[in-house]
This record gives sequence, C-alpha cells and structure tokens, in this order.
Amino acid sequence: MNSQSIAWTLAAAQTLLFILAAPLLAGWVKRVKCHLQNRAAPAVWQPYRDLAKLIKKNLVLAENASWLFRAVPYIVFGATLLAAAAVPLIAVHLPTSAIADVIVLVGFFALARFFTALAALDIGTAFGGMGASREMTVAALAEPAMLMAVFTLAMTAHSTNLSVATETVLQAGLVLRPSFLFALLALLMVAVAECGRIPVDNPATHLELTMLHEAMILEYNGRHLALIEWAAQIKLMIYAVLIIDFFFPWGIASEFSASALSVGVLAVTAKLMLLAMLLVVWETVLAKMRLFRVPQFLGFAFLLALLGMLTNVVLETGG
Amino acid sequence: MALSSLSLYSQAIILFAALVLFTSFVMLAQTRMVPLIFTFAWQGLLMAVATVLVAIVSGHKHLYISAALTIVLKVGLIPWLLYRLSVRLDMNYETEAIKHPSLLLLGGAGLVIFSYFIALPIVHLSGLATRNTIAVSIAVELLGMLMMSVRGTAMAQVIGFMSMENGLFFAAVVSTYGMPLIVELGVAFDVMVASILFGVFFFHLRDSFDSLDVGHLNLLSEANEPAPLAETPAASTQGEHA
Repeated sequence: MNSQSIAWTLAAAQTLLFILAAPLLAGWVKRVKCHLQNRAAPAVWQPYRDLAKLIKKNLVLAENASWLFRAVPYIVFGATLLAAAAVPLIAVHLPTSAIADVIVLVGFFALARFFTALAALDIGTAFGGMGASREMTVAALAEPAMLMAVFTLAMTAHSTNLSVATETVLQAGLVLRPSFLFALLALLMVAVAECGRIPVDNPATHLELTMLHEAMILEYNGRHLALIEWAAQIKLMIYAVLIIDFFFPWGIASEFSASALSVGVLAVTAKLMLLAMLLVVWETVLAKMRLFRVPQFLGFAFLLALLGMLTNVVLETGG
Repeated sequence: MALSSLSLYSQAIILFAALVLFTSFVMLAQTRMVPLIFTFAWQGLLMAVATVLVAIVSGHKHLYISAALTIVLKVGLIPWLLYRLSVRLDMNYETEAIKHPSLLLLGGAGLVIFSYFIALPIVHLSGLATRNTIAVSIAVELLGMLMMSVRGTAMAQVIGFMSMENGLFFAAVVSTYGMPLIVELGVAFDVMVASILFGVFFFHLRDSFDSLDVGHLNLLSEANEPAPLAETPAASTQGEHA
C-alpha cells in the first residue's frame, strides 16, 4: 500500500470514528450532568440505545408532508458528515482536510440549518414556524461572531485551512496571544448557542415556550429523528474538536505512525472529556435566558471576537 | 516584529494590555452600579500587574512604586469610596438604561481603530518592546471619554473620568517607562481629591433631584416644576467645581 492510500484509509477511519464517538460524547455529557445534579445517571451507552430504538421504529409521516420533509434528515446528516470529515480529530494533514476550510465548515452548518427550517415550515404547524424563526434569529447573530473569531485565528495562521492552522499553533509552542484568548471566549459562547445548550436553548426540554431547536423537529420520528439527533450530537462534537484544534492542539498526530496516532486518540479523548465537564458545569451553574436576551449574549460574543481581531492587528503584528 | 519573537514577560505585558482594554469595554456596557465599580477596580489591578511586568522587563525600580500606588488608590481606596457612596445613597441596586448598547460598543471598537491610526507614527519611531500597547492606552482614554459623554448617571461619568486617568497612566508607563515620580504622586493625589469632591457632588445631586442622572443639570428648573428651585444653585455650583 502506498502512502496515498494509507492517508485516505486513515481519513475514512477518522471520519468513522468521529461519527461513532459523537453519541458517546453526548452520553458522557448527560452522565456527568446527572451526577452533578444528584440524579441517577443513565449509562454512557444510552444515546446508542436511543438511536437504535428510533431506527427500528416505523415511520409516521404527516399527510401533507412533501418530498422535502422526507429528504431533509438525509441532507442534514450528509452536511454534518462532510463537516466532520474536514475537522482533524487525531491527525493533521489528512487528505479530507482539503475538502473544506473553516468558512465552508460554517457554510455546511448553515446549509443544514436552512433545510431544517424549511422542513419545519413544510408541515405547517405553529411550533415548526415558531422554532424556525427563533433558530434563524439566533443563527443570524451567531454566524458573524463565529466567522470573526475564525478570521482572528486565520490571521495568525495565515490560512483558513484547519490542518494548517492547527499545525501553526502546534509549532509556535507557548505564545501568549491576547487575540486567541478573546477568540476562545467568543467561540465558546457561539458553540453554546449553535449547539442549542443552556443558556440559549435547553436540549432536554419539550416545553413549548422555551424550545428552539426541538420545536423545529417536533414532527419527526423514527429513523428521520434518529438521523437528526445523531447529526446534532456530531455537531456538538465538531465544535468541541474545533476548539481543541485551535487552542489546545498538543498531542494531535502530525505523522501517520501507530504510536503517534494512539497518542492522538488518547489526547483528544482526554481533552474532550474535560471540555464536556466544563460544559456541564457551565450548564449547571447558569439558568436558561429569555429569548430576548440571546441577542445581547451573542452581541457580547461578537464584541469579543472583534476585540480579538483588533488586538491581533494592534498588538501582535505592528511595528 | 512578530509576537513570538518577544520574551514571555513582554508577551504577558501585551496580554494584560489587551485585558485592560477589555475591561474598558465591559465598563462601557455595564449598567449596574456595583459591578461597574468592581470592573473599575479590576482595570486598576490589571494595570498594576502590567506595570510590575514593565518594571521587570525594563529594570526601572520606580515603576514598582507606581504599581503599589495604583493598587492602593485605584484598586483599594477609590473603589471603596465609590462603593460606600453608592450604598449610602441607596444606589447600589440601580441600573441605567443605555439606549443603543450594541451601537455604543461598535463605536468603542471604532475608537480603538482610530487610536491605532493615531499611534502608528509613534510606533514607527519607538524602539520599545511595549510600543504596540501605546494604541491600547490611547483607546482606554478615548473609551473613558466616550463613557463620560454617553452615560447618564453621575457614577458612570465619574468612573469614565477615572478610567481616562487610567489610560493616561498606562500610556506613560508603556511609552516612556513612567512619568517622573513627583508628577505621578501629584496626579494620584489629584485623583484622590477628585473622588472626594465627586462624593460631595453626588450628595448635592441626590438632594436636589432625587436621582444621580446628570441630565437634570441641563434642564432649567423653572421650565418643569418649582419644587427643587431653592436648591438648584447649590447643585450647579458643585457641578462646576467637580
């Protein structure tokens, strides 16, 4: 086998690992959260069981559902899958990282969100329309902040490609960059909003007044729902891995030897577990915000990203 | 000059300068009184740390005294005075409505860009490692001025004034490694006296208008109601003093 085919095999394996591990991350988050709130915790494998149960169930479709409604779960899952393929999980410079840079990654998410909103409007129930309008409001504010944070990092790395950016940070060693600090905070806030976690949205609730994402997918069931929920779990993991890649990439494999790859797997597992714990603490400490305070929250994220950009220009490059 | 070529201490100075700028933005948007005072104290603390780091890098011993002065006055005494005042005036749970918070913050970002443009020629002339932070100190000053001109309550305006002074001090530290000590002592004493005068001003404002909103000073009292007429001259003379 030549090196080209090894690289492609590794890339496929990494993507597969990404998709298969995403429910595990969700299960870990749920388990730690239950422990922290003094509740009996489900097993870490519970999300797999839920997905298997949903896939086995019969499909019930609304009478006026169009082809779009049936196609959307596959489009959403497909877009998320492509996004997952582009993010370096255990090794940099895999051939799939050339599929997309960060801007296209944001585009994949926007595509998935656009079709979810369309499907929510398709059936014509009140909840779907309400959820779609709320989700698009949040997205319209989160996306500029996300892009601004990403541009800040790209200016340091001189590239928007994820692999190159990760490697730049890896090789620079310990440099105290104020722009990275601001971008990290902005990206954390955007990730919370985009993945529908507390304080922007509560993924565990089905209370009509507070739902954002859940209101859109209320009409889905069976394997369609399984695909959408799986895609949401992958999205959470993509954001977590993005944050790890940009700010704490130490341990990721830069060559394709067995030892480097196993170190990469261990490092990313440990970092994901820690990041998930941070998320759980954050979700336990904070209460969900009113919808009308979300723009302020995201406005602050945008300001942080903008400050990151400004400090990058003013403090880090001048002279 | 790339950031990674500087020593770790110089990088830390730049990091703290960025954090000082960040606290200025937080103050601009903070509507509650007590967190506003605490943010001001944080700005002083971050600046004192940056000053100590500059002292370590440059070897100027008198900067340690400046840093100690900053901690005593701007982290301890002045926030404590302001906090006590807000408690005594029963203002500590009050919030102030800012009309367009996002616009205000974007205006602040515009000021940062402007001060970068202003500082560019100085940056080209200077050879100091901290020369990039000159733009930040000018920005802190301008943000304090923006706060004074946009925010309505006297407390926010006083904190804007103090944060302008912070910007001046920081500019002196990073561009010429500090003003002469005698000047610094004089300025510190001035600021302390100013904060006491502001306290008197607060009390008169409160007595005359039952509020700390300085917008009342712009109104002719005959035009509205005759009740605070008797005390208005006293309040306006105090305003001129402060």
